[in-house]
Amino acid sequence: MSLHHDVKRYPGLGPLTALFFVYLYAPLAVIVVYSFNANRVAGVWTGFSTQWYASALNNAALMNALETSLIVAAIATTVSTLIALSAALAIIRGKNVRFRKLSETVVNLPLLLPEIVLAVATLILFSLIDVQNGMLRLTIAHSAFCTPFAFLPIRARLQGMSLDLEEASADLYADRWTTFRRVTLPLIFPGVFSGAMLAFLISMDDFITSNLLSTGGSTTLPVYIFSLIRAGTSPELNAIATLLILASLILATVALLVAARGARETA
Amino acid sequence: MTDTTLHAPAETDSAPRARFWHDLSFWGLLPSWLLMGFALILPIAIIAAVSVATRGAHGGFAWDFNLAGYRQILWNEGWTGELEFTPQYLLIIARTFLLAGATTLICLAFAVPVAYFISRQPPGRKAILVYLVTLPFWVSMILRVYAWMIILGKDGTLPKALEFLDFPAGMSFMFNDGATLTAMVYTYMPLMVLPVFASIEKLDGTLIEASHDLYGNRWVTLRRVILPLTAPGIIAGAILVFVPSLGAVLEPSLMGGGKEMMMGTLIQLQFGGGRNWPFGAAIAMALMALVMLFLVFTALRAARREAAQ
Repeated sequence: MSLHHDVKRYPGLGPLTALFFVYLYAPLAVIVVYSFNANRVAGVWTGFSTQWYASALNNAALMNALETSLIVAAIATTVSTLIALSAALAIIRGKNVRFRKLSETVVNLPLLLPEIVLAVATLILFSLIDVQNGMLRLTIAHSAFCTPFAFLPIRARLQGMSLDLEEASADLYADRWTTFRRVTLPLIFPGVFSGAMLAFLISMDDFITSNLLSTGGSTTLPVYIFSLIRAGTSPELNAIATLLILASLILATVALLVAARGARETA
Repeated sequence: MTDTTLHAPAETDSAPRARFWHDLSFWGLLPSWLLMGFALILPIAIIAAVSVATRGAHGGFAWDFNLAGYRQILWNEGWTGELEFTPQYLLIIARTFLLAGATTLICLAFAVPVAYFISRQPPGRKAILVYLVTLPFWVSMILRVYAWMIILGKDGTLPKALEFLDFPAGMSFMFNDGATLTAMVYTYMPLMVLPVFASIEKLDGTLIEASHDLYGNRWVTLRRVILPLTAPGIIAGAILVFVPSLGAVLEPSLMGGGKEMMMGTLIQLQFGGGRNWPFGAAIAMALMALVMLFLVFTALRAARREAAQ
């Protein structure tokens, strides 16, 4: 006789999980639905329209903010990923590293501090040494707080990788640069890619720091959206939001697929 | 190209590798120390100094030692210089703590059953469900808060739906602590589900069966077997949710309105229109101290738990 009930099963979890996913996605769906509303008052549905997408795409301030965000994110992603990569290589592969534990804590420090504290502290620093250029302020601050997000996946990848292939390469008289380029880098690439994607995401998404450090000419996308929200909800804002949601979901899917493929290939 | 070192035989087996990684340790770590030193350690040292500086007449500050920034958290100085206890900032600190704690507990209450259910699915479906938990997190945080403004606000989805059900028209659920909490739970939820899932997935199913064989019912099994064994994931999730909740800025400033401030919005205000940098710096130090206390506390708990095992 078999057990007529599974002891690992808790009743009601299925419906609860289904509700949970509705809860996760319904708010995003609301934005998408309202973006097609013909009425100027976002909450009052009067008919289907795509006019707000046209006005969103013709919005010069929006495009400027998007450009600023992309430039800052591109620089911050490059800088933080390179710094994180060299730090991870040193911490995991280095021999007799002094201050190994301390260095790792320093790289991860932005994760331990509330962002608002770091943001106002950076603002004070920049006003003391008189750095007025908004783009410069943003790229420095973003590079710093993106570094741990780039670091953690690279570190995890390096740690899970055996030294055999690198040793074989060195035994075959490949110099260190060749070994790094032809052996180490391809092996840890999924980690580097995940790290760079995370850094890019965190930079594009940042509001707290950018809001305090940006100047008139360097408004980032979240800061611009914040000012739109403050001015009141509008269907054009919903159209902008929908386009951004779509872009993030595509980006996320690509990133996760690449990461999953990398994991499969080396599994 | 005909490199003579290529033929140099005098190296032992491990020598190339040892040399390979040798000076990486210094040059590899130098850039991160420079970046973090300039953009993180230096600013934190400066803000610590500003918190004990004197407020400038026209914003900013002067380098004169002064504890007025900290004093102002609890006492207000009258015209004649007498100190009067004012609880307003203490209330903001208390609200910050309560909202962050409530956010963490609500996220946890959802995360454990959902993560448990996902962990029991077949591999393919499990991967898809994990992907679906992760996905909303990629959407910009400000948009995830904005979604709740559309739902709860005047003419929003929820008031309209209630109006349809014969509730009075024109209701709004915005600009209070409940609205702030709703947005915070929503924005931080994936940060709780993912680590809890990672722990629950590693759970050895035979332990649940053993508990059942020893006449433990589902509730006892949950409390005595499942929860203690997923503690690392729960603690990681609690840190990931509680720490950013303490420093939340977007949720209170969009959902809470002007009056329902949290520490994050209070700090921001001091560096904007309010312009009292030493006071803002003092609140920032207090927030940092709260976060550090919490992190040290959880680290000690984890260490003690490990020592006990």
